[in-house]
Amino acid sequence: MKITLKVWRQKNRDSKGAFKTYQVDHASPDMSFLEMIDVLNTDLIKKGEESIAFDHDCREGICGMCSMYINGHPHGPLQTTTCQLHMRSFKDGETITVEPWRAKAFPVVKDLVVDRSAFDRIQQAGGYVSVNTGGVPDANEIPIPKIVADEAFDAAACIGCGACVAACKNASAMLFVGAKVSQLALLPQGKPERKQRAERMVAQMDAEGFGSCTNTGACEAECPKGISVTNIARLNREYLGAMLTSYQVEVGGGE
Amino acid sequence: MIFLNDQGVTFTHWGHFMGTNPIIRTLEIGLIIGFLAHIVQGLLLWRANHAARPVKYGVAKKPAGTWYSRSMGLLGTLLLLFLILHTVHFWIPNRANQFIHGEELPLYQMMFEIFSNPWIVLIYVVGCISLFWHLLHGFASAFQSLGLNHQKYNGIISFVGIAFSVIVPLIFSLMPIAIYFEWIN
Ligand code: SF4
Ligand code: FES
Repeated sequence: MKITLKVWRQKNRDSKGAFKTYQVDHASPDMSFLEMIDVLNTDLIKKGEESIAFDHDCREGICGMCSMYINGHPHGPLQTTTCQLHMRSFKDGETITVEPWRAKAFPVVKDLVVDRSAFDRIQQAGGYVSVNTGGVPDANEIPIPKIVADEAFDAAACIGCGACVAACKNASAMLFVGAKVSQLALLPQGKPERKQRAERMVAQMDAEGFGSCTNTGACEAECPKGISVTNIARLNREYLGAMLTSYQVEVGGGE
Repeated sequence: MIFLNDQGVTFTHWGHFMGTNPIIRTLEIGLIIGFLAHIVQGLLLWRANHAARPVKYGVAKKPAGTWYSRSMGLLGTLLLLFLILHTVHFWIPNRANQFIHGEELPLYQMMFEIFSNPWIVLIYVVGCISLFWHLLHGFASAFQSLGLNHQKYNGIISFVGIAFSVIVPLIFSLMPIAIYFEWIN
């Protein structure tokens, strides 16, 4: 296959980037999109040019690193990650445009690499269950209905790739945060901290500069893990409930 | 009520009720405040959401989801234009007259005068069509945003939402249309 690639090149955070056009003459339809870029990068290095920087790690669709906005869609035309996208999804001779995620909260670091640490900070704000010391509980000690366990499992499938933010016209992170809040709010282990979790994760999300959800549903259609917007409704419910009833009462005076 | 075609007897009776009943007049103030809050909040949301993506994409394909769910600002603006026109035609002169002379205006007769202009009828109809799309997204969206939806009730929410967004704008827009085409006289 012959492919024309228009790739966003940007030296660093502060420089102004631009599209640059490259020719890939020997792409196999069985290559993954990342492998195709590997081939191009090898060529560039041989020519003494700087290779294209992009994020990747597992290359099997589980780490969520391979963020690329391909031909107007996060992770390209299919609902997968870029590493699981193959060149057979494109036509011979096609021109493919590759851009980094665009969001204020995801600044471009270099070329196609963006800084997604905003997601980490949201997780650190409350996306956990505190485990205190004590005996190891028996695995089946707490009964959980199968249907609830399945819901939680589906939400837990989120790999934090950020495609939801990239796809959303408001660059909103509600699908990600919805998934992270849901997976714990549904289970008994997550219940004790659910109120402060919802409040703190939403506060952190807002502080990071993500937009607000206007329910257009673009995120759900692009999420490689099929996370449903029902998780956003659950997040809204958790958050409103927490706002109205949380225990965090600030007491003034005392001195 | 105008569709009863009784020379406006029923219409004028209820128009008088709406214009003088203290409960309705209080609700009217609530409605105005609600509208203003909705507009201001919508504009703030629009600004914040634009700021969340300072650099736009080079290639943007049509995203999944409906066009009207992405066009609430546009639809709302069309709706606002209609609303301004409508209040200038009826509500403002009527309330002003009530305030100054203590009398209501003959709204039924005014309708026939105003809706004899095809352009005004057209703007009213466009306003009602915008209202249809605005509600079609807005109704179900509000439930989602409040987290008030549930697998068991989603069907009924979407049914009521669709019915509401069809019926209300349809009846609104039938008023100027019926008068313009003299189905009512
Ligand atoms: S919700 Fe889906 S699109 Fe968003 S970060 Fe998680 S896996 Fe990626
Ligand atoms: S490289 Fe890990 S998901 Fe694509």
